[in-house]
Amino acid sequence: MNPLRISHYTVSSAVGAGRAAHVEGLRAGTSGLARIEFDTNTLDCWLGEVRDFDVPLTGSLAAFDCRNNRLAEFALDQDQFVEAVGQSRQRYGAARIGVFIGTSTSGVQHTEVAYRSRDSGTGALPAWLDQRHTQNIFSVAAFVALRLGLAGPTLAISTACSSSAKVFAAASRAIAAGTCEAAVVGGVDSLCLTTLCGFNSLQLVSTDICRPADNARQGISIGEAGGFALLDPQADSPLALLGYGETSDAYHMSAPEPGGRGAIEAMRAALARAGVVPDEVDYINLHGTGTVANDVAESRAVCEVFGTTTSCSSTKGWTGHTLGAAGAVEAAISLLAIEHGWIPRSLNTRVIDPAIEAAILLDTRIAPVRRVLSNSFGFGGSNCSLLFGRLT
Amino acid sequence: MTPVFIEAVGLAAPGLPSWQESRATLRGEARFEFAQLSPPTPAMLPPNERRRAAPVVKLAFRAAEDALLDTTVPAASLVTVFASAYTDLAILHRICLALSAAPRLVSPTDFHNSVNNAAAGYWSIAAGARTASTTISAYEGTFAAGLLEACSQVLVDECDALLVAYDLPGPEPLNPAQSLAHPAAAALVLTRQRTARSKAALSCNPTFGPETRLEESTLEQLRLGNPAARSLPLIQMLALQRFGSVVLPMSVGANLGVELHSP
Repeated sequence: MNPLRISHYTVSSAVGAGRAAHVEGLRAGTSGLARIEFDTNTLDCWLGEVRDFDVPLTGSLAAFDCRNNRLAEFALDQDQFVEAVGQSRQRYGAARIGVFIGTSTSGVQHTEVAYRSRDSGTGALPAWLDQRHTQNIFSVAAFVALRLGLAGPTLAISTACSSSAKVFAAASRAIAAGTCEAAVVGGVDSLCLTTLCGFNSLQLVSTDICRPADNARQGISIGEAGGFALLDPQADSPLALLGYGETSDAYHMSAPEPGGRGAIEAMRAALARAGVVPDEVDYINLHGTGTVANDVAESRAVCEVFGTTTSCSSTKGWTGHTLGAAGAVEAAISLLAIEHGWIPRSLNTRVIDPAIEAAILLDTRIAPVRRVLSNSFGFGGSNCSLLFGRLT
Repeated sequence: MTPVFIEAVGLAAPGLPSWQESRATLRGEARFEFAQLSPPTPAMLPPNERRRAAPVVKLAFRAAEDALLDTTVPAASLVTVFASAYTDLAILHRICLALSAAPRLVSPTDFHNSVNNAAAGYWSIAAGARTASTTISAYEGTFAAGLLEACSQVLVDECDALLVAYDLPGPEPLNPAQSLAHPAAAALVLTRQRTARSKAALSCNPTFGPETRLEESTLEQLRLGNPAARSLPLIQMLALQRFGSVVLPMSVGANLGVELHSP
């Protein structure tokens, strides 16, 4: 494929609001994860909460008011992203810019609260619950399109934890097919009891802080985040999406294939689409959830494609696993690494699991970074690898 | 947009139990009756997965398997686009109930089935399909958004694709009764090259034109009662072997203009 230029991007996670906060936090090695109270959660775990965003939506978009769309609004509001989209809108027209947003649970937390407020006699849900504009999967995509004043093809992609990686692939295809000139892509997922108690029912939530690739890792720490990018083939930005690879494990609904076959094929497809060989990749941002199964299978897959010398790290020790937003968050971190010339270490990793042979970085490295591969894998065996790079 | 070829159609809706059994009705040669859809029994799902898969997944399988009857393209080679506006309301209801009780015991099976790509995941296992798979949602525009993505896959990634749109009403008090009145699923197999089985060449582009309605009032009621049934104006043209254009609702701004040509 032709490299697809990325003219603007932003990210907000537990690390902070916007790009500068992420550069600072990732260089300093301060995790955004904390043992904090959330909603009525009683699980003993670490959470990656975005700070100070929970402001009600008002005005013409008030119907969309819920935690997830508040987070979308907060994330859009950083790094002059709205202004950058406005310039593209003037250039191409609102109808020629598509909107592709990944989320796993959208505003389900709103419905959780409504269920706790049901009428004790009839079981009826409270009248204030507007599922369409809050909990529905498309809600966040509709909100983003309306907030940015865009009228091109708009859709939500929901493939669990690969959701907001796959939006880059779908938008790239839509631009190549000519259905839009440019696209806003992004991912937004917010803390909710569904994912906390759900992952806990599968014994995947760690009581310890998330320690990707560590010998004593116990599982994930759940985080929330919003990240967006503006893809514009005519932009003069040096940053670009070089390739994408998407595959299915066809193996199990919630366990990765132990040999990492689907992940191998996704990474190889991303490289092939870009015309890049493994040695030309400077850094791999791993899916690296911190579960026993994921980290071993992913390492096997990485070693099969790249050997054991390409620098790798998961940044989930900083952000937690932001689920449907992880692809967009880690795309932003990949782009920051390219722009600023440094490779983040695997935070909270003390002793690397001997079964993990990939070159996990225990110390942040200052080095020129030209190309980064970012992995996102989800339940249902959904794999997506994205290759980002700097064009000359 | 460059055309792709419609190889096969699958259907599962009240009164439209399969593509073969529905063509006469869609052509207006047989009376449409709102007959209840029998419970789907997916033939392709292995026994373990058949036990675990939720009814909405089985509904998606029914239309997908129906479409495969009409093609020789192997299921394992098809890229898939699953499109659902509501996915699994029954699981959402059970999880929200569990979260409002004490202690909060979410069923692990419910949780792993709660991902919106559950149907895609089961399909990849059943078909042995290790291909790319996307799951899309866009309110009443879900079918059209899925169609646009499936066409883009075929054209840009140079593959053949299976599109499956499906929605199943959920339990009270969660079901949006007006926009989701009955179950429906529709599937298309789209190919890059024309084949002997090609029913039509299809090209689509965003448009601000108004969506096409169905003349027959009970069919129109069916169309409005499920996002997957928004595909019916297109599928009716295929049943009539008629070429021309229809407009399907798509997203916040634009609709999707779909043109059918002789293959």
